[in-house]
Amino acid sequence: MQRALFPALFAAGVTFLLTCLVIGVRLEQEGPNLTVVGADAETWSWIGFAVIVVFLFQLFQQPLSRLKQRLPSPDVTGLLPDHKLRARLRPWLIALVVVGLFVWPFMVSRGAVDLATLTLIYVMLGLGLNIVVGFAGLLDLGYVAFYAVGAYTYALLSEYYGLSFWVCLPIAGLLAATFGCILGFPVLRLRGDYLAIVTLGFGEIIRILLNNWTNVTGGPNGIGGIEKPSLFGLEFSRRASEGGQTFHEFFGISYNSSHKVIFLYLVAVLLVLLTIYVINRIQRMPIGRAWEALREDEIACRSLGLNPTVIKLSAFTMGASFAGFAGCFFAARQGFISPESFTFIESAIILAIVVLGGMGSQLGVILAAIAMTILPELAREFQEYRMLMFGGVMVLMMLWRPQGLLPMKRPHLELKTS
Amino acid sequence: MSENLLDVSGLMMRFGGLLAVDNVSLQVKPRQIHSVIGPNGAGKTTVFNCISGFYKPTGGEIRYRGQPIQGMTGHRISLLGLVRTFQHVRLFANMTVIENLLVAQHRHLNTNYFAGLVKTPSYRRRQREAMDRAAHWLQQVDLLEFANREAGNLSYGQQRRLEIARCMVTEPGLLMLDEPAAGLNPKETSELDQLILRLRDEQDISVLLIEHDMGLVMGISDHITVINQGAPLADGTPDQVRQNPDVIKAYLGES
Repeated sequence: MQRALFPALFAAGVTFLLTCLVIGVRLEQEGPNLTVVGADAETWSWIGFAVIVVFLFQLFQQPLSRLKQRLPSPDVTGLLPDHKLRARLRPWLIALVVVGLFVWPFMVSRGAVDLATLTLIYVMLGLGLNIVVGFAGLLDLGYVAFYAVGAYTYALLSEYYGLSFWVCLPIAGLLAATFGCILGFPVLRLRGDYLAIVTLGFGEIIRILLNNWTNVTGGPNGIGGIEKPSLFGLEFSRRASEGGQTFHEFFGISYNSSHKVIFLYLVAVLLVLLTIYVINRIQRMPIGRAWEALREDEIACRSLGLNPTVIKLSAFTMGASFAGFAGCFFAARQGFISPESFTFIESAIILAIVVLGGMGSQLGVILAAIAMTILPELAREFQEYRMLMFGGVMVLMMLWRPQGLLPMKRPHLELKTS
Repeated sequence: MSENLLDVSGLMMRFGGLLAVDNVSLQVKPRQIHSVIGPNGAGKTTVFNCISGFYKPTGGEIRYRGQPIQGMTGHRISLLGLVRTFQHVRLFANMTVIENLLVAQHRHLNTNYFAGLVKTPSYRRRQREAMDRAAHWLQQVDLLEFANREAGNLSYGQQRRLEIARCMVTEPGLLMLDEPAAGLNPKETSELDQLILRLRDEQDISVLLIEHDMGLVMGISDHITVINQGAPLADGTPDQVRQNPDVIKAYLGES
């Protein structure tokens, strides 16, 4: 206790000093002069309260942390049924979830479906970045660049050449992959922090390029009126464009604007399911093993004839292509895109999704993506504190479950002894 | 000339002002166990690193099956069939034993993405072959029962054997072992020397060996090169080396 006294006094002093300066006094303008005004009595009592709290917390920090250690840390695995039962229930559960995903939009409000579509975009982005960060262990802070490439590919191709969403989707993925390859080739010899810095720079380059190449991309004004996807040529608008046919006319039902929302949602579900399937397969393929091996020991990999550059590049390219698909869909859903949507904070959010979910874990990333998009919507009143909550959640996570919600367990091939 | 599997001549490696390897030459013939010995810090591992492409030698020539390989990257050299182990075990500790062996067969597997996504028959066949080869080598090094364990949980001796198996599944022509007996007990060492002999006799490969355990070296080597302070000191059969007065002075010690 004696030893804790001095740090506690010090911390209380710092708190007092800072709060005094930040909220204790205020500058007010009176004509041309600035005068210093002290806060009212209530504010001062709050400041005093805060100082006492800080003092007491610092003083009793050791007993408190000892108490905290005795608290059990949450154990998610304990809540699940045992291994065998889980394996048997698994396919049924997956089928149930998939059917549910297709059925529920017909029963809920339009807003909810729209939010779900947005969530699915983040799920896709999270899964894509998970390949790069979680599987291959390459820290990419400019992931949003590939998302932007995908979005602008569709927007521009649709605007200048009138290509449809379904044609542009693979093109967007390919183009984003190409960008990933071009960026990855020179930078993948860098490690850790250096790689993060370069990718961060690349993300900014793309955004600034889009912002300034005004005569092609429209600059900060963005591109609007992007065509929505169609169902085998059937449009979801009230009136058909020239030579087109609308969905409600074809089926002889009355026009309802929620048809379009639900259709977009279903497209997103399909894209996400495809993503999950592809990534699931890749994990079990030789390349998935090579990624893990490379993360563990690059030198050993080289001595066994694995080319580290090619293997890292494949992770980078693949991650980028999923961002491209997501971007293309994003542009189609919004109908309007501008460089504003592709700022660094987006990259940070996607990375946070991967880290919160547990690097490398697919289910974890999906859950984290849902949490990260739905929570801010639920807590709209706290909009201004969004970043604060964000940071708070991250700190708590790192304290309680540094390995993420559901840490990765890569499926291992087993040798069956006959 | 070309009857040598590996032909190193005039190898030089300089780190700034330090000449770590000075004009080392050695020839490894097919189906031979060739040892490199010398005091600690003599430059044996540096020679290994030069041959296997982890360092770019500053001078000299290295030929494998007549083809010059100096300056190639490590993974290309290993694809040619020159595979090495390390002084410290470098397994993928968090992967299972069988997966360690599958990673090593990366180039034998069908790495076509499309084939993997839809599991084409040829993809399955390659996968099965890789599994069989891995199982075969696990049997050879007596680790079959541990196939589905994490490699990091094996004992030290088992990890050493797994490392050799991992090299062997790549079907090398020349196996380079850097102090494989370090840290093994006498029983494990004698098992290791049986294993190395078996590799030479049954698999028709050559082994280049760095080792301090003189019992092992003298017992199994067909040829020995002695290096001291970066420079070659002696070269010959075990008997010749054992009686060489320079070697006795610098390394073996008077008995």
